[in-house]
Amino acid sequence: MATARPSRPRSPHLFNGPMRLHYVWGPHMTVSILHRATGSAMATLGAVLLVWWLAAAAGGAESYARFLDLFTTDTGALNIVGWVLGVGMSWAFFQHMANGVRHLFMDVGANYELKRNKASAIATLVFAPLATIALCAYIVGGR
Amino acid sequence: MGTGTELGRVRGLGSAKEGAHHWWRQRVTAGTNLLLMLWFIVSVARLPAYAHADVTRWVASPWVAIPLVLLIVSVFTHFRLGLQVVIEDYQHDARRIAALILLNVFTIGAGATAIFAILRIALTGTPK
Repeated sequence: MATARPSRPRSPHLFNGPMRLHYVWGPHMTVSILHRATGSAMATLGAVLLVWWLAAAAGGAESYARFLDLFTTDTGALNIVGWVLGVGMSWAFFQHMANGVRHLFMDVGANYELKRNKASAIATLVFAPLATIALCAYIVGGR
Repeated sequence: MGTGTELGRVRGLGSAKEGAHHWWRQRVTAGTNLLLMLWFIVSVARLPAYAHADVTRWVASPWVAIPLVLLIVSVFTHFRLGLQVVIEDYQHDARRIAALILLNVFTIGAGATAIFAILRIALTGTPK
């Protein structure tokens, strides 16, 4: 294994000057970094919350009540932590899912045309908040 | 065998035989995640309430416990592969090795806890 690496130009070479990018920022770049950010957030925070929820339920009524208490008020409604995590994780899931499906099309060689690629990137950014609002509306008010 | 560049050291060794394995497993679990997570979200959203009894009664059904265990396996495999790429992009040398070991410990530890919790509810009934 080579430990001493020669100093080389770094790639991608992002900046042309202070806060001046070499290229024009586009929606495909936004969804790309969001894919990594939402995936990493769900893999760490989301996974811990899911495991905690299941383990608390398996531990019995008392441990489950302690879990619920962190995310709800005395009336049983979601508190601020519950809302932020609930909305945040739902949005992260829908954004990651929509862009993941977009990537599956690109994996088979489709959707590389500039306009359609850009349009599908924007579509994931529109879809994720709408799906999050629909899910929250259904859970909180729809039943 | 060359001792100079990295390319020189690997020339002539042949294929590692698993170049596309990581990529392919990420795609396969993406597909199974899509199905299982959509089922999970619809199923949880349709629960009448989220009290302890509601949740354990839901998990205890084989129609929930089995897909829920499969979801843990599929989702945790997918995120382990994904976080591996993130670590390989940003961490190097010894810190990369340490981060990858931590990732494996986290994934397997959290996954085992989740599956044990599901099986405990499903096989022993609602704990008192």
